[in-house]
Amino acid sequence: MERIEEKLKILADAAKYDVSCSSSGSKRKNTGGIGDASSSGICHTYTEDGRCVSLLKILLTNHCIYDCAFCVSRKSNDVKRAAFTVEEVVELTMNFYRRNYIEGLFLSSGIFKNADFTMERLLRVVKKLRTEERYNGYIHLKTIPGASEELIKEAGLYVDRMSINLELPTEAGLKLVAPEKDHESVKKPLAFVQQQIQEYQSESKLIKHTRQFVPAGQSTQMVIGATPETDFEIMDVARTFYDNYKLKRVYYSGYIPINSENSLLPQLGTRPPLIRENRLYQTDWLLRFYDFKLEEILNTQYTQLELDIDPKLSWALRNPHFFPVDINRADYKQIIRIPGIGRQSAIKIIQARKFGQLHEYQVCKMGIAYNRARYFMTCADSPVVLGAPSMDQIRQRILQKNAFNASTTDIQLSLF
Amino acid sequence: MIYIFDGTYQGFLCCVFTYFEYKDTAVRLQLSGDDACQTDMFSASRSIVTDVPKAQRVQHGLQKHVGSTVAMDFFSVLLSEDRKAWAAAFYIVCRIFSGQADILENFGDDQVLYFTQTVKKVSRERHRMKAFVRFQKSNDGLFFAVIEPDFNVLPLIADFFKKRYADQKWLIYDVKRKYGLLYDKRTVSEVNISPEDKQALSADEVITLDEKDEHFQQLWKRYFQSTNIEARRNMKLHLQHVPRRYWKYLVEKQ
Repeated sequence: MERIEEKLKILADAAKYDVSCSSSGSKRKNTGGIGDASSSGICHTYTEDGRCVSLLKILLTNHCIYDCAFCVSRKSNDVKRAAFTVEEVVELTMNFYRRNYIEGLFLSSGIFKNADFTMERLLRVVKKLRTEERYNGYIHLKTIPGASEELIKEAGLYVDRMSINLELPTEAGLKLVAPEKDHESVKKPLAFVQQQIQEYQSESKLIKHTRQFVPAGQSTQMVIGATPETDFEIMDVARTFYDNYKLKRVYYSGYIPINSENSLLPQLGTRPPLIRENRLYQTDWLLRFYDFKLEEILNTQYTQLELDIDPKLSWALRNPHFFPVDINRADYKQIIRIPGIGRQSAIKIIQARKFGQLHEYQVCKMGIAYNRARYFMTCADSPVVLGAPSMDQIRQRILQKNAFNASTTDIQLSLF
Repeated sequence: MIYIFDGTYQGFLCCVFTYFEYKDTAVRLQLSGDDACQTDMFSASRSIVTDVPKAQRVQHGLQKHVGSTVAMDFFSVLLSEDRKAWAAAFYIVCRIFSGQADILENFGDDQVLYFTQTVKKVSRERHRMKAFVRFQKSNDGLFFAVIEPDFNVLPLIADFFKKRYADQKWLIYDVKRKYGLLYDKRTVSEVNISPEDKQALSADEVITLDEKDEHFQQLWKRYFQSTNIEARRNMKLHLQHVPRRYWKYLVEKQ
């Protein structure tokens, strides 16, 4: 293997636990050079774990002065180390981009020497891409906690998105596995970048040609299942960060054991909590796009999400007084609360019912999950029912139908 | 009445023109090359001549009724090459010109639903082609790619590639429909390579790869392997996002 290929192997491997791969939210235009940002983002391929590959996601180096127990690149871990030169990252990015392999670059790094030294190196990469290569594609850059504000500010002028990971959802959790770190050092730069974004936005209203500053906003990531936080605690932290720093995304990354040295962490062989991770994302969506309040889904009484049903269904089963919803009369906000009906279908229903009362067979074809929705809605032709099944019975019926569907697809798959 | 047209969007618009000109009833569209057996011997037919000025008049009218974004949806549906969707589009466009401009919101109507679903399918394929095109670089600096999309989406992605790769020459060739788009750093033009052309190409006219192209293909494959997390393996999801029929032209799946 060539040296550059070996470096790519090591530094892609070390970067892959950062789950963010979004390339959306920026509208950077091609101004005489190469590349632009597609505001909805493009996933150029998907790995065998089903995750999207949009950006070339690499570390500049996996040398690191810190020893965070959950991190594969921590100082005491016995892994091969490597470092790219600035030129190597630029060459890889440009050649991948010109062949349409990627939407852009996601550059992160272990901390070598100190924060400023690392940040300065990252800055050199993005600056070279923008100024020398005249590259206008997407760039996601990690903000290095502790780096000087001047460096962060300059980097912000060249990149589309910046992020800093919270790593563990709570300060207490973080102290257990990464005693050298604290949430304060994450909050400070997040707040600084957010303040800069706002300043540039208000300036651009007055002056026409202000430069863009982190146009796709900021994001963060929390590791799930490494430490014992409840789902309520996790989502409460997420909500606080969405509110305080206007984050575009919070990512939840199910912990994958990488060694058994730290007895506080899940040991090797433990399966990553993928279903739990999925339920957290669903909750995140309900809060941001479905007008749910966190306390409706999780609170001091219900601290954990159910794994066998999605959070909207779980909420519905706990709130029978809200149902059934009459899809021919209810407003949009009520309709999107029906389990199995999403925003797109809700819009279709609202538009279509202007032309006449909607019947069950019509709604079924609009892309709803009928197996769930049927118990919570009434259509024009729904029979009048006097004795409705209890929510417990409904839950059983939905789960049975799901299990039946799953078993038939398994049989179909095994035929091939 | 059966309208026999050439399958182009402009031809389709001319069918609409004819419909309002002759006030025909029970109109069905048929592609001129399609099997003649489908023509019911008892119904009359008209051959629709594609006339650009007529088509433009209909297009302007359509834009005035529903706006230019929605008007584009009819173009997409023609590119789906799906006869059932064409029929739905014809039915809908005639309703629009008869004063029912909001018919596209009536998702309780099977034709409208089918039309909308087809627009969605074509749009998904267009998005896939933005993602799955893999350029190879030739030794004279041309970036070229071969695609085999489910629908005829090349016209829908030309502008995207023109803007993004403004400073490089590129060629995207649809092998299924036997035409491609060539960008020469100024304009995009359509190219056709006939079987005779192919045979006439002498050995030295065949595209030679840039010496570093294989190197970057290898690096891309390496990256694709290394960024995968084995503990999260989920082939069902992988196949859902990258169906097998696209693998042929994806470097990382070779």
